[in-house]
Amino acid sequence: MTAPLLEVRGLTKSFGALDVARGIDFRLGTGDRHALIGPNGAGKTTFVNLITGVLRPSAGQVLLQGEDVTALDQAARTRRGIVRTFQINQLFAGLTVLENVYMAVAERRGAANDLWRPAGAHREVTGEALDLLEKLRLQDDALKPVHELPYGRQRLVEIAIALGSRPKILLLDEPAAGVPSAESHIILDMIEDLSDEIAVLIIEHDMDVVFRFARQITVLVSGAVLTGGAPEDVAADPRVRDVYLGEARHG
Amino acid sequence: MDQLFNVAVSILFDGLAYAMILFIISVGLSVTMGLMGFVNLAHGAFAMAGGYATVSVMNGLGVPFPLALVIAFFLVGAVSVLFERVLYARLYKATELDQVMLSIGLVFMAIAAFTFFYGPAPLTFQAPDYLKGQIDLGFREFPTYRVFMICVGLAMIAALWFGFERTSLGAQIRAAVDNRRMAQSLGIDVDRLFTLTFALGSGLAALGGGLAIEIVGMSPGFAIQYLVFFLIVVAVGGLGSIRGAFVAALVLGIIDNAGKYLWPEGGAFFIYAVTIALLLIKPAGLFGRQA
Amino acid sequence: MGAPPDISAAAAFMERRHRWRPAEALPWLAAVAAFFLFPDYTAFGTQVLIMILFALSLDLIMGYAGIVTLGHAAYFGAGAYAAGMLSAHLGWGEPLTGLMIAGLTAAAVGFVSGVVLLRYHGLTLLMLTLATAIMLQELANVQEEITGGFDGLLGISIDPIFGLFENDLWGRTYYWYALIVLFALFLIARRIVYSPFGQSLSGIRENVGRMHAIGSPVHRRLVTVYTISAGMAGIAGGLFAQSNAFVTLDVLSFARSGAVLIMLILGGTGRLYGAFVGATVYMVLEDELAKLSPEFWEFGIGLLLVLTVLFARRGLLGLIEDLGARFGKAKP
Repeated sequence: MTAPLLEVRGLTKSFGALDVARGIDFRLGTGDRHALIGPNGAGKTTFVNLITGVLRPSAGQVLLQGEDVTALDQAARTRRGIVRTFQINQLFAGLTVLENVYMAVAERRGAANDLWRPAGAHREVTGEALDLLEKLRLQDDALKPVHELPYGRQRLVEIAIALGSRPKILLLDEPAAGVPSAESHIILDMIEDLSDEIAVLIIEHDMDVVFRFARQITVLVSGAVLTGGAPEDVAADPRVRDVYLGEARHG
Repeated sequence: MDQLFNVAVSILFDGLAYAMILFIISVGLSVTMGLMGFVNLAHGAFAMAGGYATVSVMNGLGVPFPLALVIAFFLVGAVSVLFERVLYARLYKATELDQVMLSIGLVFMAIAAFTFFYGPAPLTFQAPDYLKGQIDLGFREFPTYRVFMICVGLAMIAALWFGFERTSLGAQIRAAVDNRRMAQSLGIDVDRLFTLTFALGSGLAALGGGLAIEIVGMSPGFAIQYLVFFLIVVAVGGLGSIRGAFVAALVLGIIDNAGKYLWPEGGAFFIYAVTIALLLIKPAGLFGRQA
Repeated sequence: MGAPPDISAAAAFMERRHRWRPAEALPWLAAVAAFFLFPDYTAFGTQVLIMILFALSLDLIMGYAGIVTLGHAAYFGAGAYAAGMLSAHLGWGEPLTGLMIAGLTAAAVGFVSGVVLLRYHGLTLLMLTLATAIMLQELANVQEEITGGFDGLLGISIDPIFGLFENDLWGRTYYWYALIVLFALFLIARRIVYSPFGQSLSGIRENVGRMHAIGSPVHRRLVTVYTISAGMAGIAGGLFAQSNAFVTLDVLSFARSGAVLIMLILGGTGRLYGAFVGATVYMVLEDELAKLSPEFWEFGIGLLLVLTVLFARRGLLGLIEDLGARFGKAKP
């Protein structure tokens, strides 16, 4: 039996008396399309932070293809293929769209350690960055400063940077958040087109998106896994309905 | 043995007196930096202005020293409001670097202006007779002026403690230092609060400047000469923490004096080494909130 | 079938980005012209060139990597004392090896302090850099036997460059010497800035959090550029010691850290040539205004700083660019 692509065992995180993750067990396999849902404050982003190494867990382990990566920092995990996007855009605001994506590709290919040759002389890096932009239909904006783009297109750059790191596991934190619905389909189409070699975990509030996209769902409540499984099973689970209806009742 | 005891008492006593000046001047800087995150390198210039204001009203109007200190406090506090509204307020959202540059520009202008009008030489200052000489505190004699300074310092600490912990203005300031957005949403007018705090902090700096003349002298260069110490007090104590500023001033004041007694050539080196060590261990200062 | 035009345009832009533009010849032509136009000012000009180099070293870490420091004089001073003591104590007067040792010494100090300090940010980093430089100054003050302490380091005597070019009374030889050293180091700085490494420094400046997320070894990058910058500052310090044949505690002072910061801000950060404009304007103004009165100069530079922060945040070069853009648009 080979080890799963990503395995999380008993992941726990406390801030003082506050438990934001409580003994989470979780698995992700190659090609998986997995959604993480739960009410506000359930600890979804915390979970992403723990997997990617932004936060150190108080207890538990993160294993990538059977290798314990719990002690590695964020950058080291990215280099091993655990890559994320952010709920709020984290772009290089003053730089062009091309430079934004170039940055990630150059890091992955090791070109970023080169102090001497001009960036433009690394044609393989530029080429790969431009391929990515073309794939996301951003090529016309390549030379614009990224902060001049409309928000929806900035959201695409956010994902393009992550793809530049060539993820094995891609964690998408509310990828369509803040994007007008007229434009959000571009982002969702793009996510659906992602290669089957990438395992995708998406955090999303919009249930239409979740059911269209996910083949498995995990429900997180108060930092713990409430339930998980196929979308239709989760949808039918009365406890899940309680959580969401309960949230609706409290506003 | 007796002599050793005497030296120890002298170090502690002089250190305490020096710490009071450091505290009175630095506390305003700490609170304004904690409140608005503004790196105000011109704070020392307000202290320097206070020193000159004190002497000017004493010599020009014949006002007694304690009253001159009070006048300097209000005068500099009022003038600082002008700077806060016209210049500082534009840069609250700017980078630290911009704030550093603006305020250091103001320091240069202040030093130049005071040198132009008063000359580069240190001020001549005559403490009133009742503050001269020694005072017997039972087991030994101490310089009266320093005893007076420590008393003023302790009174300020008590007043600040009361103001911060027991008045609604103090509660508002504490809330805003803690979480500005939250305070705003509670209906606290943070802008007005900051202007007030800024004026109070600058006024205190002026008071400290007035008190400092007798001990360290006062010339236009004071604005920059002691700035590093004020910044160290703020950084080591932790932004926005009155208790932190006091403890840091105490530590710094006593270590500095001990250094001057025990290792006259290398004392200053020791201070910076201690500062670096403290900041490496506690980057947000002794009483600051860790990021 | 080629790539669509917009793609090839973008690719072409990346390939051209680092090419020399004609305007880049200007500062060098000006430096050569200044030598012939102002023959009485070559010694002063040498000092300007040295400060340009120092400001350029600061631009690498501040303008590109976004590290704000109040203690860059630490490395200038380390280089100055290294070059000075080499001659004064060991009798080693060969200038080029002297500069190399100055640069290596400062780079070593930069590496050690960088490894420790660059884990910190914001005000803490400001205070740590400030305290480190002043601590070194106090150390130099205490170690009187080897540094000369408060009185300064005397007895520096430098051999002719390449054993051929002796310095003259007007410092003409040293003007060329400093200019060539500056040009060589500028070439290195320029390569670094346009390399993928330089690109990653801009990434750290723009969004350090995202750099971690794309797998960048941020701390290693910062320490690397900090060490290079310290080495350059050290060479500037070495030139300073050699050209003046004298080193005082002032080379390590807060005033010097502040002055170089002001020069760079004045000229404009993150654009290499800001250092040239800023250092020249600052030093010429200082020279001219201080002749009238020192207060005049101090007030003037203070006012200039305030105005720069309020109205020209991208420095004089940024201001020229903005004006140029406006003027260019106004034309039909």
